[in-house]
Amino acid sequence: MLTFENVEIGQGDFSLKANFETCTGVTAVIGPSGAGKSTLLNAVAGFVAGPGAIMLDGTRIDLLPPAKRPVSMLFQDNNLFPHLTVRENVGLGLRLNRRLSVTEQAEVTKVLSQVGLAGMEDRKPAALSGGQQSRAALARTLLAGQPIALLDEPFSALGPGLKDEMLDLMRRTLARVADCTILMVTHDPSDAKRIADQVIWVSEGIASAPVATAALFANPPASIRHYLGEMG
Amino acid sequence: MAHSPVAINPRWPGGIVAGLVLALTLGTLCAVALRAEFQTVLGAADWAAIRFTVSQAFVSAAMSCLLAIPVSRALARRQFKGRGALITLLGAPFLLPVIVAVLGLVMVFGRNGIFNDVLGFLGMPEISIYGFHGVVLAHVFFNMPLVTRLILQGWLAVPSERFRLAASLNAPIGRLIEWPMLRNILPSAFLVVFLICLMSFAVALTLGGGPKATTVELAIYQALRFDFDLGRAALLALVQFGICAVAATIAWGITSPEVSGAGFDRAVQRWDGGVKRDVLAISLAALFLILPLGMIVLRGSSALLSLQPDIWQAALRSVIVALCSSALCTVMALALALRAGRLVAVAGVLPLAASSLVLGTGLFLIVYPYISPAKLALPMTMLVNAVLALPFVLRAIAPAVTKIESDFGRLGASLAMSKGTWLWRIVLPRLRGPIGFGAGIAAALSMGDLGVIALFAGDAQETLPLAMYRLMGAYKMEAASGAALLLLIMSFTLFWICDRGGRVNADL
Repeated sequence: MLTFENVEIGQGDFSLKANFETCTGVTAVIGPSGAGKSTLLNAVAGFVAGPGAIMLDGTRIDLLPPAKRPVSMLFQDNNLFPHLTVRENVGLGLRLNRRLSVTEQAEVTKVLSQVGLAGMEDRKPAALSGGQQSRAALARTLLAGQPIALLDEPFSALGPGLKDEMLDLMRRTLARVADCTILMVTHDPSDAKRIADQVIWVSEGIASAPVATAALFANPPASIRHYLGEMG
Repeated sequence: MAHSPVAINPRWPGGIVAGLVLALTLGTLCAVALRAEFQTVLGAADWAAIRFTVSQAFVSAAMSCLLAIPVSRALARRQFKGRGALITLLGAPFLLPVIVAVLGLVMVFGRNGIFNDVLGFLGMPEISIYGFHGVVLAHVFFNMPLVTRLILQGWLAVPSERFRLAASLNAPIGRLIEWPMLRNILPSAFLVVFLICLMSFAVALTLGGGPKATTVELAIYQALRFDFDLGRAALLALVQFGICAVAATIAWGITSPEVSGAGFDRAVQRWDGGVKRDVLAISLAALFLILPLGMIVLRGSSALLSLQPDIWQAALRSVIVALCSSALCTVMALALALRAGRLVAVAGVLPLAASSLVLGTGLFLIVYPYISPAKLALPMTMLVNAVLALPFVLRAIAPAVTKIESDFGRLGASLAMSKGTWLWRIVLPRLRGPIGFGAGIAAALSMGDLGVIALFAGDAQETLPLAMYRLMGAYKMEAASGAALLLLIMSFTLFWICDRGGRVNADL
């Protein structure tokens, strides 16, 4: 259970308010661009700060520095270090400071085959396609096994087919992990329909409480209907 | 929510380095000020030195700028075979040991040089390379290429649409495009060269001298080495600092050191004529740069193998000093780049305004009561060279550090990397290229240094440039040209090895 209690994040003359709870599973964060979708994720990750409290299962995490938070994050780009091999990049989810042990190596190999990258352990990111890079980043998030995963449009640079493939892969892997709370920013409502259990609507400085995906799209409120209309 | 963004770079080493730089620049200045004998009034000779220092720097800077205009214009609008090589060559004087270039210029423009041979053949009076002319000539040799590159950047920054627009309107390109660009770039270029020429001790040492052509720095050197008049040396060092401080303050803000050479690979397409003029400008500039270096290679290669053992020993000392200095400078630059901030910005530019002779005088005054300065000649040279090269190396490394932080800082933080892991696994591997380039610059600059070493060294601490100076002073020109070639090869080899080492197998 991830709780936002009277959270208010200000950046310049922009501010975002959030006051709700989300449950485990996949929660999509949608809304017009510039509304503050990424800001909400950055608040959970600890990159922006403001008054209020963010709690995981009743324990405050907002007082911790980014490194100490129980969070894995996938960014829009630069999710892999170009000078490290796939194995090393994914291994960062387990251990940061030195070479992996034999058991850890085996874990990396296992998770790589889970995301369909078997045999590519020793490649550098530049030798992977865009989709494969996304898979490697997802593998690291899986391996890290944090209770919160934040996905800031990590697949937005992929073509529509590849993106759906990645979303399904995420559904099959990350979303299966017990007690994992996944917040995923997307500007495409069909992504939310495809894999999200619930949706947070962010607009005009307010992140609304999550609503079950099916219910929301079956009977959208006026502001969302307007947004969906714009999306065609 | 108390935590704000990512502070993953270690900061304390940068603080230590900034302190060290401030101590070496401002601290040595205090040592000089404490020792200066203010009751001794500046004599006529001192005033002559001040006048000579300022006037030669002014004329050198003006000539460098004036000559650079046609050359850079020609390079900007002509595409020809060897253009890239010529532009690279324009960057070479920055790394070229001063005394090597001076010897090359003497071989071309000196009494027995080819230029005077031609003049004699034409029945014209011969010219002398020593004194005011020679100092200006050497300064133009070093700085005209620098200004050319600066203006060339200006040319290439003009959008090509503007040249097309001017051509279609049949408008005067000079008044419409060239003059505003030059008015933007030339003042700062002039000031940079002026500042460099105020502090170029090695040129004054080799081509100046005598009552008519002594710079303040040369006067400091003579007061310390020949008269052992510490009070006077300190007073002159204060004067030199004053002159440089005024020039640096004026230059401050409008300028920054530029050593990278990206984006020179295209020519501006324009529709005005002047082909003959351009060919002439490019040929003369190329000749001016290539002839002296060609003479060194030509005359030096026969003398290279018959060099005396003491020259090889001096060369070994030079390499050791250069490598240590480069390592120290690179570590310092890295520490400063990781810290960033205002203190670092000051520490990063302060050495640009610091004269190595003033620094050296200060260090001399500090160590002299305790230990013979000659014993410390090599460590002192290493330290001062590292500090003086710092702005250039910092300039090579700092933007890359900023980019690593902005690209991967959040990822590193969200992976909970410690500062050590971040530094060793992410920053250092990704910085290999800039670090190699910076280390190469620092090594080459230190290799060719003829500043502090001349203040401190005895025979037992002689470096290769100092040995060359001794040979030239004894008119052993064959041996000197052999040593010059050796120095030239070693400087550029050191640079090449470092730069290459940073680029091989770099997956970036």
